[in-house]
Amino acid sequence: MSTRVFVPADSTARSLGADAVAEAVAAADPAIDLRRTGSRGLYWLEPLVEIETAAGRLGFGPLDAERASRLFAAGAPAADHPDCLGLVEELPALQVQQRLTMARVGLIEPLSLKQFEDHGGFEGLRRARALTPAEIVAEVTNSGLRGRGGAAFPTGVKWRTVLDAEGAQKYVVCNADEGDSGTFADRMIMESDPYLLIEGMCIAALAVGASRGYIYCRAEYPQAIANLSEAIRLVEAAGHLDGFRLEVREGAGAYICGEETSLLESLEGKRGMVRYRPPLPAIAGLFGKPTVMNNVISLATAPIILARGAEHHRRFGVGRSLGTLTVQLSGNVRRGGLFEVPFGMTLRQVLEGLGGGTASGRPIKAVQAGGPLGAYIPPKHFDTPLDYESFQAIGAMIGHGGLVVFDNKADLGALARYALEFCAEESCGKCTPCRIGAVRGVEVVDRIRNGEQAAENRILLKDLCHTMIDGSLCGLGGMAPLPVLSVMEHFAEEL
Amino acid sequence: MRMSEGGGGRQGLGPTGAASDLVRGIVERHRSLEGPLLSVLHTVQDELACIPPECVPIIARGLNLSRAEVHGVISFYPLFRTAPPGRKVIYVCRAESCQAMGGIELEAHAKKRLGIDYGGTTADGELSLEPIYCLGNCACSPSVMVDGRLHSRVDARAFDQLIGR
Repeated sequence: MSTRVFVPADSTARSLGADAVAEAVAAADPAIDLRRTGSRGLYWLEPLVEIETAAGRLGFGPLDAERASRLFAAGAPAADHPDCLGLVEELPALQVQQRLTMARVGLIEPLSLKQFEDHGGFEGLRRARALTPAEIVAEVTNSGLRGRGGAAFPTGVKWRTVLDAEGAQKYVVCNADEGDSGTFADRMIMESDPYLLIEGMCIAALAVGASRGYIYCRAEYPQAIANLSEAIRLVEAAGHLDGFRLEVREGAGAYICGEETSLLESLEGKRGMVRYRPPLPAIAGLFGKPTVMNNVISLATAPIILARGAEHHRRFGVGRSLGTLTVQLSGNVRRGGLFEVPFGMTLRQVLEGLGGGTASGRPIKAVQAGGPLGAYIPPKHFDTPLDYESFQAIGAMIGHGGLVVFDNKADLGALARYALEFCAEESCGKCTPCRIGAVRGVEVVDRIRNGEQAAENRILLKDLCHTMIDGSLCGLGGMAPLPVLSVMEHFAEEL
Repeated sequence: MRMSEGGGGRQGLGPTGAASDLVRGIVERHRSLEGPLLSVLHTVQDELACIPPECVPIIARGLNLSRAEVHGVISFYPLFRTAPPGRKVIYVCRAESCQAMGGIELEAHAKKRLGIDYGGTTADGELSLEPIYCLGNCACSPSVMVDGRLHSRVDARAFDQLIGR
């Protein structure tokens, strides 16, 4: 039998030359059974080529086309080859992880329904189909799952509200508008295990009684959109949707559409203007109908919760942060990528243990957690455990699990300015604190940085930040000041 | 236009004759969708490389919307264009992760090398430069996207290679 070789077709792996590597492998040994999988998320090793053996998959990487040609010149290399990383599953960076949600990501060919099912796909959905809606909701509630998009609202409570809402038509909407810098877990799931998300949406639909679903994906993810669309077509043709109508809709570059009410407006074909709440989307959401909206990871975690039970999920994590967190390490970091770990590891363990410090080799100056609206965390807080409450206690947030690392050359004053500039660029314009405040904020930061009445302007800036926090309609204006205030507090010499 | 494509030399012809029939056909095909406007606009832009202002009344009439509503949506979203871009669009990521790895320098280099600012197109109509706020490629910053393809760890030299000049 010909040797089976796996080369990722994830968009980051491809950006590092995975396509050329795949071509080189195929050209070097035409007998090889070449498979294009997703990526494991160990991006410093990409393109990572895996070779199937009786003992497991051997890893080689990072490779380029030339090295791949040499490596496969005399057939697939064996475990004793000097460049062999060993068994991929035994790599320390995977050993340390607890892959619940991302279990299949990187392992299978994303559009192979057979491989999906061979690796536990649809087990959760099958169990859900044997339960009543209330029982499904109870399972998710008991699991302790909280919204992984960033708000950390209990998913089961949200589902319960939609289940209890009156309405002939209900919707499930997946928020796949992963706009936060430093995050790519949603993209990985959509590209590398799209059936998982579809399974999660089917479970949500059963739980709340919805007959239609939409995945609102950002346009910046063309490969995710392509894979998801094809996955929906295949899964529907195979008869797994059971009447549930699911569509992918593409955003058009507006960050604000990651905010749930703005996303609903956009799905309805309108400007992405934030809505007043109440009513909650759970009561009056898409087209005014009861709508459950969850992030990709929340929905993609429902299948394993249903398959293994709520208790299994509760075994991971700490306090009220149960289950796993898909940490996404990026920026100036030696080993950037995705690490699914139980809540509770400290920031230092993640940055140093998993990330290996900065890419530049210089000391870490700060970490921005939770996207562009998240605080810049100084090293003195690096012993904070990764859980929602501990982060809140230091004025930060975990958000979607993105950690962007900066070395000591970073200009945090400039980054604080950027936070407000970004807010001004992306504001939907509906409420004054955000629309005007962000623009004025940039001006005040500039005055401080130019030394114009710096002391007075610092007071003004803080005041402006609090006006935005207290007076904005949604999280964009309400949180964009957080990175600014964190820089003023922890890096006072820079702003 | 999807992120995956540049203008590719298409002219964004005003909807005279064939083009206006094309837009009408697109509206017709999408009419049964719930909330079809964004899908219609994406498809028009795929076909014409932009959404020419002359299309607005056709789309508005076809979807029973006001011209103001259609115009309002087009102008709200950064990825919709009313004039065709260069043959290729280069999206340079401005977000924090890329900034942590030299994104600011890359952005300055790109503007200088092409002699244009964001939103501009080179005089020969070949390349347009656009900012983008995160491409989800943050573990290998800084990132650039051209013709729907991501490029990782782009420094000044890699950028020059990418644009072939």
